[in-house]
Amino acid sequence: MAVSVDEAVSAGPARDRTPPARSLGGRGHAALEIALLTVLAVVMLFPVLWMIETSIKENRDVYAVPAQFFGFTVTMDHFKDVFVAPGGGRSALSVAFLNSVVVAGVSTVLATVLGVPAAWAYSRFAVKAKKDQLFFILSTRFMPPVVVVIPIFLMYRQVGLIDSKLGLILIYTAFNVPFTIWMMKGFVDEVPAEYEDAAMLDGYTRVQAFRRFTLPLLVPGIAATAVFALIFSWNEFVFAIFLTSSDSVRTAPPAIAGLIGGTTTDWGLVAAASVVFALPVLVFAYLVRKHLVAGVTLGAVRR
Amino acid sequence: MGTVAVHGLCKSFGKVQALDGVTLDVPDGSFFVVLGPSGAGKTTTLRAIAGLEKLDAGSVHLDGRDATGDAPAARDLAMVFQNYALYPRHTAYENIASPLRARRCSSSEIAAAVERMSNLLHIERLLQRRPAQLSGGEMQRVALARALVRHPRAFLMDEPLTNLDLKLRVEMRTELTRIHRSLGATFVYVTNDQVEALSMADQVAVLKEGKVQQVGTPTEVYERPANQWVAGFVGSPPISLLACHAEGDRLVGAQGWTLPRPRWTTAEDGRALLLGLRAEDLSVEQHGDASLSGELYGLEPLGDRTVVDVRVGTEILKVKARPTVTGTTGQRLLVTVDLDRAHLFDAGTGLSLSQAGR
Repeated sequence: MAVSVDEAVSAGPARDRTPPARSLGGRGHAALEIALLTVLAVVMLFPVLWMIETSIKENRDVYAVPAQFFGFTVTMDHFKDVFVAPGGGRSALSVAFLNSVVVAGVSTVLATVLGVPAAWAYSRFAVKAKKDQLFFILSTRFMPPVVVVIPIFLMYRQVGLIDSKLGLILIYTAFNVPFTIWMMKGFVDEVPAEYEDAAMLDGYTRVQAFRRFTLPLLVPGIAATAVFALIFSWNEFVFAIFLTSSDSVRTAPPAIAGLIGGTTTDWGLVAAASVVFALPVLVFAYLVRKHLVAGVTLGAVRR
Repeated sequence: MGTVAVHGLCKSFGKVQALDGVTLDVPDGSFFVVLGPSGAGKTTTLRAIAGLEKLDAGSVHLDGRDATGDAPAARDLAMVFQNYALYPRHTAYENIASPLRARRCSSSEIAAAVERMSNLLHIERLLQRRPAQLSGGEMQRVALARALVRHPRAFLMDEPLTNLDLKLRVEMRTELTRIHRSLGATFVYVTNDQVEALSMADQVAVLKEGKVQQVGTPTEVYERPANQWVAGFVGSPPISLLACHAEGDRLVGAQGWTLPRPRWTTAEDGRALLLGLRAEDLSVEQHGDASLSGELYGLEPLGDRTVVDVRVGTEILKVKARPTVTGTTGQRLLVTVDLDRAHLFDAGTGLSLSQAGR
C-alpha cells in the first residue's frame, strides 16, 4: 500500500520524533539487557520451534527419548496428512481450514462494513449521549466471551443457527463491530473534518464527501483494524467448540483440538496442523505490519 | 445576484453560546468583513451561512430565498478555509477541479477553467504538486483558486490570510481586493485582523461573544464606534480610555485633570463616563487650550512614527508623535487633546454618547 500514515494525517501538527530515552545506561547494563532479552526470546520461541520441529519429524523421532533436537529425518508426511485424508480425498482438517477462512473472512468484512461508517458517524456528528453510547458499545467486550456461551447456545438452538457457519459469522461480527468502531473512531478523529466540509461546498453530498475524500485517508487504519478483527475471528475457540459439532461446519481451532485425546495422539499431525493454522495470520500481519504499529500507537490513542 | 442575509442566528456548543442572535445583511457584490477577536463566533457565522452548522435558531436567506435547511451543496457558495482544507491526496490541479467535477463538467471545460484560475493566481507551475509539496502561500492560492473556479452566489472566506507571513499577507490583501473588484462578486470575509477589515471591506460587522456590536463602513466603525468595546478593538495603537464625569462646562477626570466639555455631548452632570482618545488625536507638540499633563512612561518607535506612552495619574495615554521625538522616562509632558474628535462612552453600558451628526 502506498499510503503512509504520515500522509494520511499530514494536516496535523508535526509529531514528536525524539527517540525514547534509554532506561538503562552503560555497557554493563546493555549486556544485562541483551542477556535478559535472550532468555525471554528462548522461553517465548521454544514452543514455536518445538511445534515446527515436531511437524517435520518422523513419528519415530517424535516419541524418541531423550528428545532429539538435531539430527532427525525430515519428512513432509504430516503436512500431507493435514490436507489429504488417509483413503485419498480431502481431509476433515482441510475442510476445517476452509471453514475458518470463510468464517473469519466474512465476519471481518461485515465488521468493517458496519463499523467504519459507525465510527465516522460517532466522530463527525453530534450524537445524543455519545459518550454513553460509546461506553455501552465497549462494555460488550468487558466480560469474557465464555460467560455468554450458554445463552447464545440456547438462542441459536431456538432459531436454528446451531452448527452453522452463519451462526459463527454473526457472533464473531458482533464481537468485532465494537472493537472496529472504537479503533476506527480514533483514525477518523485524526482526519480533519474540513476535507468533508470543503467537499460539500464543492457540491458533493455528505456521503460522497466521506467516500471520495475521507475514506481513502482511512485505508491504513482500516487495514490495521481489519487485521485485528481477522486475528480474533481466526483464533476464536470457545464459541466454535460450543456452537458447532459437524466436520463440515467446524473451524480449525476446535478441529485441531479434537486431534488430541482418544487412545493415541498423532503429535506430528497436531504440530503440522498448528503450523498451517499459524501461518496465514503471521504472513498477513507481516504484510501490514506498518499499519499495525500505526494502529496501535496512533489510531487507538486519544490525544 | 448574490445577497446573503442571516437573521437571529443562535448556536450553542454545550454551555458556550457561540452565536447569540446574529443578524447581518450582505448586499450583492460587496466585500463584507466580519471582524472580531477569536471566540467571537465569526467562523460559526460563516459556517452557518455555508450550511455546515446546524442552528439552534435563526434563518439564512440567499438571494432572498430561505435556505436555512438546505444542504451545503444546494446553496451554491464557495468557501476558503482557514487551514485551506486542500485534499491531501489530490494534486493542485485536481483540488481546483473538484467543484467542477462535482458538477459533472466536461474535462475540456475543467481544463480551461483551471488554466484561467492558475493564470489569475500565478500558480501555473504548481498544478501537478500535492498540498504537502506546497508552501503556505502556495496552498492559500490553490485554495483560493478552488473557490474562485466557479461562479457561486457568494464567496465565504474564513481568515484566509491568517496563516501567512506578514509580507505575503499584505500582498494577498491587495490581490484579494483586485480579484473582488474584477469579479464583482459578493465576499463574506472573516478576520480578527482589523487592518484587513479596514483596508479591504465595503462593510464591516464587528462581532463579540456571538453578538453583533456594530455594522458600518470601515470609516464609520473607526470614526464613530458604537460602543467602548468597538472603539478599543478597532484601531492601532488602541484608543486610550479615561474615566471622567461632566461638571457644568468641564469634564473632570478621575485622575484629577479637567478638560473643556465638548459641545456635542449631552451627558448630564455626574454620570460616570469614559473619554476615548485615539493616538492621532493627541499630540505632545502643539499646546492648545485642551491639554492633559502627565509624565513620559515609554517610547515605541515604529519607523514612520513613534507612539509615546504618557502616564496621567494611573492611566496610560497612547500618543502618536513624529519619529524624531525624544525624552526621558518620568519627564513631565503636556498632551494636547483634539476634543472635536474625542469619543465619550457611558461607563456603565459602554454605549457611545457621541452624536452621529457632530
